[in-house]
Amino acid sequence: MATTQTLTPAMERARRASQRRNLFYLALVAVGLVAPFAAYPVFLMKMLCFALFACAFNLLLGYAGLLSFGHAAFLATGGYVTGFLLSSYPALTPELGILTGTAAAVALGAVFGVLAIRRQGIYFAMVTLALAQLMFFVFIQAPFTGGEDGLHGVPRGELFGLVSLESNLAMYYFVFAVFLIGFAIVQRAVHSPYGQVLKAIRENEPRAVSLGYNVDAYKLLAFVLSAGLAGLAGSTKTVVFQLASLTDAHWHMSGEVILMTLLGGVGTLFGPVVGGSLVVSLQHMLAQSPLGNWVSPILGAIFVVCVLSFRSGIVGELQKLIRKNFK
Amino acid sequence: MTMIFGVPLAVFMGQLMLGLINGAFYALLSLGLAVIFGLLKIVNFAHGAMYMLGAFATLLGMQYLGVSYWAALLLAPLVVGALGMVIERLLLRRIGHLDHLYGLLLTFGLALIFEGSLVNFFGVSGARYPTPEALQGGLQLGFMFLPTYRAWVLVAALVVCLGTWYVIERTRLGAYLRAGTENPALMQAFGVNVPQLITLTYGFGVALAAFAGVLAAPLYPVSPTMGSNLLIIVFAVVVIGGMGSILGAILTGLGMGLVEGLTKVYYPEAANTVIFLVMILVLMLRPAGLFGKEA
Repeated sequence: MATTQTLTPAMERARRASQRRNLFYLALVAVGLVAPFAAYPVFLMKMLCFALFACAFNLLLGYAGLLSFGHAAFLATGGYVTGFLLSSYPALTPELGILTGTAAAVALGAVFGVLAIRRQGIYFAMVTLALAQLMFFVFIQAPFTGGEDGLHGVPRGELFGLVSLESNLAMYYFVFAVFLIGFAIVQRAVHSPYGQVLKAIRENEPRAVSLGYNVDAYKLLAFVLSAGLAGLAGSTKTVVFQLASLTDAHWHMSGEVILMTLLGGVGTLFGPVVGGSLVVSLQHMLAQSPLGNWVSPILGAIFVVCVLSFRSGIVGELQKLIRKNFK
Repeated sequence: MTMIFGVPLAVFMGQLMLGLINGAFYALLSLGLAVIFGLLKIVNFAHGAMYMLGAFATLLGMQYLGVSYWAALLLAPLVVGALGMVIERLLLRRIGHLDHLYGLLLTFGLALIFEGSLVNFFGVSGARYPTPEALQGGLQLGFMFLPTYRAWVLVAALVVCLGTWYVIERTRLGAYLRAGTENPALMQAFGVNVPQLITLTYGFGVALAAFAGVLAAPLYPVSPTMGSNLLIIVFAVVVIGGMGSILGAILTGLGMGLVEGLTKVYYPEAANTVIFLVMILVLMLRPAGLFGKEA
């Protein structure tokens, strides 16, 4: 009882805000839990995988201010490694396959990161794009990727050797859990002291250097984290769709994840989730409409509109609206 | 037969020649990128699309309007350059005050629009453009056979590259351009119309890409995706050379073409990737690029 009496009004407000936020998170989790009964689970899983991919990308662009044009490489590395392992070693359980795929993406992220953070801004984008293209050629020529055909019929297997993932519903809950873990990692990283330093670097790198922060180490960690989560998304996607292909490694994919993040809202926690879901839905809808061949120009047009007049993205604009009207 | 490290001389020289031709395209494209970057500070992701549009303008001009190759050599860069100026006025100017990464994203969107739309009309397989009559055949040099058209591409590309270098480094217009690169605000204060200069520069840069496209039309299949794959390699070339120097961009482009040609002779498996590997090496040893000035 004594503690409640000593709360100042400011603390009380903060407590209420955090309560509201927790309720909001809980509501979203509840929506995620009932969603497969309202919509086709495979489609939802695709959304979740790309949402996680976009969250990973957003960690780098939105909080560290680094524009990577090569994130497809990590998605594909996770996918190929997981796909190859699960196809070649039937005894391997899917969670181990996914963990190994993610670890491979982390390793590749460390290598790319060390190279790319040697340059800044526009050069950073070009270096990551070129490195990802290098990986694209590696994937075409490497013996374990199936070349142009990719890997097909990757078994979903049994989770922990106990639960079969053959049913889409079981698979969905597993993917949802993976997504929540990934999202929690991003959320934790962003709201930690580490995340604050990242934002400081984004806003003013020379000042962060002069304050004594080892900027390169911070950037590298952000890059590796982001690459690992992108790999996690790719590995999970491979298990869901039972295939890994060159589409994931193509530079179009690196562009798509930028669009998802930009459309949803760069530097907002939920922006990439909204953007990823929207872009996936849009592609799905367009593919079934007479405009099916126009996906790429339409995505390009959305890109242009976003850059010209919608730079905060959907979630960013919503936040602005709420701030203006309710505070 | 003369051998060079176990490879017949004719094969060796032939691959070297092919490499040099590729290098000429890298040089033309990275030169345009460098000119645009100097004044606008953006990396033009639509550069590959402009190169592709140059090739398509040549092909369609011949098919529908009967425009000859020689006329296309002049007209295609003009048309594409004009398109570039419209893009600069209507779109790029509006984001000039923002972080330059937005320029990259905007031009990426434009590239998707151009490339995707043309794929719908022409597919991805590509069409062939006949070699102009005057440039058919070739020369037997004794140690190798040199197709006339390839020799012409090399000469034309070099002339245009060196001409651009001359204009930028040795003329009054070029002096304006260099001054605008250093300090646009001061230029404006001296009464130079900087926005107009920017529009012209962007138009000129993409016209260079379109010119490369015309040169490429009889060499490679004309397809909507011909530009984007080339552009990513050119980006690597630009990272290797750095965008600070015009002559540096030309030399790096030609040099990387040669490196690629040599790799095709001795280790064909790595021919696609060798430029990216060189980029990694340069990033480790000389992060600012071979001719780079930035810290």
